[in-house]
Amino acid sequence: MTATDDQPRTAPAPASAGGPEKANAFVGLSRVMLLGFVRDKGTLFFTLALPLMFLVLFGVLYKGGGTSHVKVAEVGQVKLLDALKDQKDGPLSVLEITTYTDENAALAKVKKGDLDGMVSEGADGRLVLRFSQADQVKAGTVQGIMNSLVQTANQEASHAAPAFTLDASKVEDDSTKPIQYLTPGLLAYAIAMGAVYGASFTLVTWRKKRVLRRLRLAPISAGTIVGARVLISVVVALAQTALFLAVAQLDYFGLKLTGNWWLVIPLVICATLAFMAIGLVTGSLAKSEESANGMNQLIILPMSFLGGAFIPLDFAPGWLQDVSKVLPLRYLINPAKSVLSQGGGIADALPSMGILLAFTAVLCAVAWRFFNWDDA
Amino acid sequence: MTEAITADGIRKRYGDVQAVDGVSLSVRTGEFYGLLGPNGAGKTTTLEILEGIREADEGRVELLGLSPWPRNAKLLPRIGVQFQASAFFNKLTARETIRTFASFYGIGPKAADAMLERVGLTESAGALTDKMSGGQAQRLSIACALVHDPELVFLDEPTTGLDPQARRNLWDLLRDINAEGRTVVLTTHYLDEAEILCDRVSVMDHGKVLRTGAPAALVREIDDTVRIRVESGLLTADRARELLTAAGAVFTNLEDDGVTLALSTDAPGPVLSMLAEQNALRGLEVRGATLEDVFLQLTGREYRA
Ligand SMILES: Nc1ncnc2c1ncn2[C@@H]1O[C@H](COP(=O)(O)OP(=O)(O)O)[C@@H](O)[C@H]1O
Ligand SMILES: [Mg+2]
Repeated sequence: MTATDDQPRTAPAPASAGGPEKANAFVGLSRVMLLGFVRDKGTLFFTLALPLMFLVLFGVLYKGGGTSHVKVAEVGQVKLLDALKDQKDGPLSVLEITTYTDENAALAKVKKGDLDGMVSEGADGRLVLRFSQADQVKAGTVQGIMNSLVQTANQEASHAAPAFTLDASKVEDDSTKPIQYLTPGLLAYAIAMGAVYGASFTLVTWRKKRVLRRLRLAPISAGTIVGARVLISVVVALAQTALFLAVAQLDYFGLKLTGNWWLVIPLVICATLAFMAIGLVTGSLAKSEESANGMNQLIILPMSFLGGAFIPLDFAPGWLQDVSKVLPLRYLINPAKSVLSQGGGIADALPSMGILLAFTAVLCAVAWRFFNWDDA
Repeated sequence: MTEAITADGIRKRYGDVQAVDGVSLSVRTGEFYGLLGPNGAGKTTTLEILEGIREADEGRVELLGLSPWPRNAKLLPRIGVQFQASAFFNKLTARETIRTFASFYGIGPKAADAMLERVGLTESAGALTDKMSGGQAQRLSIACALVHDPELVFLDEPTTGLDPQARRNLWDLLRDINAEGRTVVLTTHYLDEAEILCDRVSVMDHGKVLRTGAPAALVREIDDTVRIRVESGLLTADRARELLTAAGAVFTNLEDDGVTLALSTDAPGPVLSMLAEQNALRGLEVRGATLEDVFLQLTGREYRA
């Protein structure tokens, strides 16, 4: 065994030994790029782990921040409340009711601010509400709710049809929870990181390591190289999307997808192309990974903040929102938010997809202007 | 067609540096051809122009009857190129690397692995390329240049930086490649390498080809010359010149580089007796002509890689 191991130095001419076995340059290049991605711990961390950590962290921090519940103690039996308790969508949906037997204990909690109010039933069906003025908004809310409860009950008791009714609905979607803007925002950030870095580092590293000029000597077209890079970046972006949606839909975070959520897929693909084009520009300009890294961060971070990836920008000054319009990220976040969980449809996604593709075209033209096969 | 390569008057300038200054050469099919010259002579630039990855400012190149510039996809599968510094994908093993390069030419993994075996890298096939030794990297680099069975192979200083054993192993491989009928063009700054491997060499300096021919023929042109060296410090160069002239000795290229006092002569007798009289024979070395002397005679200065 050992003796023969060294011996067979028969040099087979590769072409004839190849036989029917075939290989494909596109497959080969795609494989190289995928391996480059999964074997680079830094890339994995910044494109998958970190954004996902942000999602979990922000998700936990902002949990319940969207619909601020009013906490009320029910001392003893309060018929009016009990009757409504089981109705999920009724006026009590914003109330969080806890039953107390000890009135003083409940009162102490109201004074401390742990509870927003306490309700007990006095004689003759009188509803007694005690609240703290510490949080004026909540104080107003709890009074309003109780008042309307009593009036509705009175009116029902009188068996008369109401003269006026109020049909109120919020301008926001019925259940805007933080997870609904956190998911598309942080997903967009993650995809931007992956696609920008994927394109720019491939370009810089391959140029620096002379792989680009070696590729130029191989009988493969630029289309094959670009195609393989696009394929892998899109695969990575869709994997990020799947991961984010899976986490966000956990009961704990409670994202609920609406009908046309799948539109996020073409949106993500278009956005990936636009982000890759940014990476092509920085990768063409930068001579080293360090400077490419600097340029990428200089673009991605402001783009993410201004595009609303981390915090919603609804209340930001107009000019700031205008700045975000010249950066592609918002054209992923806004329509993604809409189609994922707010019932948006094709009409919400299509214009943004067009804009993202336009970004891609312009940025590719810029990149081509600065592109170099060689360092020298 | 018996000429694999013809180049005519190629020039390339980088700013102030005339890297290639009117190089003409022709390489025959099946030949092992060397570009020999010290660092900065313009070997790499010449090779890159021949390969078609650099455009010459002037001049004309034909490879296998075709022009390599602009990029000629018909030519590419027929040539194999190894760069002076390796060009590997990051984060890939040796096996993955050669399989990837093979795939560019439609060649499957079995043939790629066979090539890896041929350069003796089967053992380290699973090693990441950036963890490989210099010798291993060079062999992988050559394997990647050969994986598609090219007829014309360019190798840029394949043995630079290798230890003597690794160099010898690589020489065997290169000889085999050539023996299979491939035309090989190699650059080197090692005189011994050019002498041992090449059918013909072009001696280059300052972007120009100084002389072309079979190493033995080049040496024969100056074969009467003997190079004599002794330790430096026994005799100053001026004193030696004075004494030799007085003794009527004929000599050239007398110089003292601080380590050795050296000169070339057609008639070593008078020189040696002068050195003996002066008791200046320590470290004596007398050598017949080599490519080094060819270079010395062509440029008037010692060869320094
Ligand atoms: N890309 C480049 N830009 C500027 N100068 C260069 C470049 N490549 C080579 N040179 C210069 O051209 C000359 C020849 O270089 P090169 O062809 O690499 O020589 P060799 O391969 O013989 O060492 C050197 O002086 C080198 O500094
Ligand atoms: Mg060189």
